Amino acid sequence: MRRPTSIQGGVARSVLLLLGCTALYLLAAALTSNSYFLLIMTLVPIWATVGVSWNIFSGYSGLLSFGHAAFFGIGAYTVAVLFAQYGISPWLGIPLAGVAGGAAGLLIGLPTFRLRGVYFSLAMLAYPLAMLYVFEWLGLQEIALPLMRENPAAYMQFQDYRIYIALAVALLLTALAINLAIARSRFGLTLLAIKQNELAAEAAGIDPFRWKLRALVISGAFAGVAGGLYAVVLVVVTPHSVFGMLVSAQALIFTMFGGVGWIAGPVVGALVLLPLGELFTATLGASLPGIQGVIYGCAIILVVLMAPEGVMPWLASRMGGKIAPMPSASSPSTAMHAAPAAPGPLPAFGPAGDDLLVVRGLSRRFGGLQAVQDVTFTVRRHEILGIIGPNGAGKTTMFNLLNGIIEPSSGSVMFEGRELTGLRPWQVCRLGVGRTFQVVRAFSRLTVLENVKIGALTSEPNSALAQQRALDALALTGMSAQADALAANLPAVQLRLMEVARALASRPRLLLLDEVLAGLGKAEVDRVFQVLVDIKNAGITIVIIEHTMHAMVRLADRLLVLDQGKVLYVGQPEAVTSDPTVIEAYLGKKWARHVEN
Amino acid sequence: MSNGLILLENIMQSLLTSLLIGGIYGLLCVGLGMIFSVMRVINFAQGEFMMLGMYAALFAFSGLGLGALLGTWTGLVASALFAGVAMYVVGAILHAALLVRVTGSRVAGTEGDGHYPQLTLTLGLSLVLANGGLILFGSSPHTIQTSLSSSAWEIGPLIGEDVYLFLNQARSLSFLTTIVVAVAVALFIRHTRMGKILRAAADNAAAATYMGIDVSRAHRFAFGLGSAITGLAGGLLAASYPFQPYVGIEFVVIMYAGVVLGGMGSIKGAFWGGVVIGFVQQMSNLVLPSQLQNTAIFIVFLLVMLLRPQGLFGRTTDRA
Repeated sequence: MRRPTSIQGGVARSVLLLLGCTALYLLAAALTSNSYFLLIMTLVPIWATVGVSWNIFSGYSGLLSFGHAAFFGIGAYTVAVLFAQYGISPWLGIPLAGVAGGAAGLLIGLPTFRLRGVYFSLAMLAYPLAMLYVFEWLGLQEIALPLMRENPAAYMQFQDYRIYIALAVALLLTALAINLAIARSRFGLTLLAIKQNELAAEAAGIDPFRWKLRALVISGAFAGVAGGLYAVVLVVVTPHSVFGMLVSAQALIFTMFGGVGWIAGPVVGALVLLPLGELFTATLGASLPGIQGVIYGCAIILVVLMAPEGVMPWLASRMGGKIAPMPSASSPSTAMHAAPAAPGPLPAFGPAGDDLLVVRGLSRRFGGLQAVQDVTFTVRRHEILGIIGPNGAGKTTMFNLLNGIIEPSSGSVMFEGRELTGLRPWQVCRLGVGRTFQVVRAFSRLTVLENVKIGALTSEPNSALAQQRALDALALTGMSAQADALAANLPAVQLRLMEVARALASRPRLLLLDEVLAGLGKAEVDRVFQVLVDIKNAGITIVIIEHTMHAMVRLADRLLVLDQGKVLYVGQPEAVTSDPTVIEAYLGKKWARHVEN
Repeated sequence: MSNGLILLENIMQSLLTSLLIGGIYGLLCVGLGMIFSVMRVINFAQGEFMMLGMYAALFAFSGLGLGALLGTWTGLVASALFAGVAMYVVGAILHAALLVRVTGSRVAGTEGDGHYPQLTLTLGLSLVLANGGLILFGSSPHTIQTSLSSSAWEIGPLIGEDVYLFLNQARSLSFLTTIVVAVAVALFIRHTRMGKILRAAADNAAAATYMGIDVSRAHRFAFGLGSAITGLAGGLLAASYPFQPYVGIEFVVIMYAGVVLGGMGSIKGAFWGGVVIGFVQQMSNLVLPSQLQNTAIFIVFLLVMLLRPQGLFGRTTDRA
């Protein structure tokens, strides 16, 4: 996905371009009288809409749907059955088709989002095919929309085919406008975050399930409306023509051909491939039935092999940006203009020294391995608690238990008097516990500011205010200068600080930091040290995991030593180096005896 | 004959038929399972490989005259073997020309390990093969016409005087061939050098490379072998099942269902998964109208995916 710097100008230009293309298209339709060409010109915007619908879901969430025919078919049948059997006009039927498509998205999404990756794709494949047989069995093999001789316009029947073209184009423009609105809002940014790193998104307070479900409902609604209009235009609906594999494949192929995640991608795909397929069908279809499928198949194979991102990004990179790209996600950065504020207003605090987090008897077993056993400790407000221990001591597992990535076998975690066990990571985040990961989990194709803003959005839905919070968090971590850099291009220390800023942006009262110092040079360690002290002074409590005792003794107010899943020691950092059990854990029995002597 | 006996007869007949059908489904699934477990590729075009196998067997039986030359029984088996060999060649060529570009070391470590390009590429392949098949073979259904598909052995009377079971001869022959082929594949994987190479490449492609195994060649062999097995099973099915170029899409979901049911990554599981799917399909006949047979399979498929994605026999829990 290309991300030009002046997105504002790009969008204005793109909208103008789009309106210009629309005007040209309608002009061409007005000048055409061949009814076959007019039919193709109606089908192009309808299929482009199906592609946009597919793109709204799959382009953002990253989950490839092989089953959009389910929504398209339900929309088509809604209109056809309402009209043919109940006499309800498509003017009402088509909006209802959208409702039906959206409802199908909800019902399909609810169970299916449990699956990830290709498993989701395979499951989606099954829905329309199952429906196909059900509709055949229901006796709906072929539904013809009745011809209304009186008052045909009230039933969306027109002598002049060009009115259908105008309707289809209007539908496509609506879909594109919604897509653009999603792209430029919190919605698009959130979906992109989920696509790039679902676990990190969840730890930043995003509920992936709910957002994916919303995307699928919107996507299903548009596919349903497109299916409804398709039924009106083609007059006859059969299960194979609306639930068949080719329908799902067309949605996917048109979008992938143009460019997944590019707003104009599906439009370009439909504009090129559909007339191409129809042209061959018209000229060779009699002697070569199925030529259309062969062409679509070849097109998608060529795209996968030669331009896997799609034709638009490919062209854009060839022509050196002469084509105005319409990147799907955009959040105009004003980083450089905003005043790098001092640590912004922070949440209300309780008195220093009381117990913020109380962990009791926390245990987790993986098969035969007792990764964490019966761990009990408290975290006091405004302190830095260091957790150290050798490899495999259970440090990261304990963090995963604390923020809900895994569930404990037994024990309790109370944060400000609230039980955290059983909550999902995004819920824990929203209660005020932020965390970073041992291996940084960045949204690598977003900018630093966008990464941090995602953290802010969970507690601040207003985009401008969230932006300000993100800028504050960047200022606190000394990362203001890198706000517009792509996360993928950051060196290790800045990546760590960005992740800390992302956690800070959600306004946590407790910050869990997993080895933020690992692998850093001495100067870098000092830089991060200073940031941690600043965070503490801003009133945020920190629990930090570290591998090396050396760094911890300098930083932490208290230390907790874990070994083989058990707490060896909790107390003052100065005393820990003389505790025989700790020395034994780190250096072995021989050294422990040596020290005693 | 009492209603109870009729029901009993129906159930027993369905069980018997589902065993025969299930065997072939099992073999179909082994082809897909082989490709998945060695290459981690979900092949969308596997149904079309089956379709091509069916036409190849038809061609061998009637066109090459194997049926007339060897007699019906041997001719059918020989035609299916011919289909298997032909599909091995087709699979190996497709791998060398297309699949190798989106699989193996080229995609290791990329986003989603390249699953999406693989799925999309094989989806394109499936469209080309199914519609290309329509151009080449026409849309009218075919079967390999023999006397066997309409004759059956009669078993019985079993209980009392009236309960008879029928064993369709074409299906029985297919079933026996299926079992022989499945056992041969199992022995091949377990005991030969190439089998070991396949298992090593499946287990850890990177480590296999360091041990001097040409993983790309192993993948080509696995893709060819997987295509051959499914093609052969298609050739066997062609003797009793009317087919046309679009038959693949009906069966690809059956194959997915079987492979997922057996636990993705397990070839043995794929066979038993296919057997279970055959069972579900035939038994659903007892309670559902025949048009909904495939819907029953899709629902079982979805239920397995949602409730037990590691499969009934699977050990892999990796499903990210």
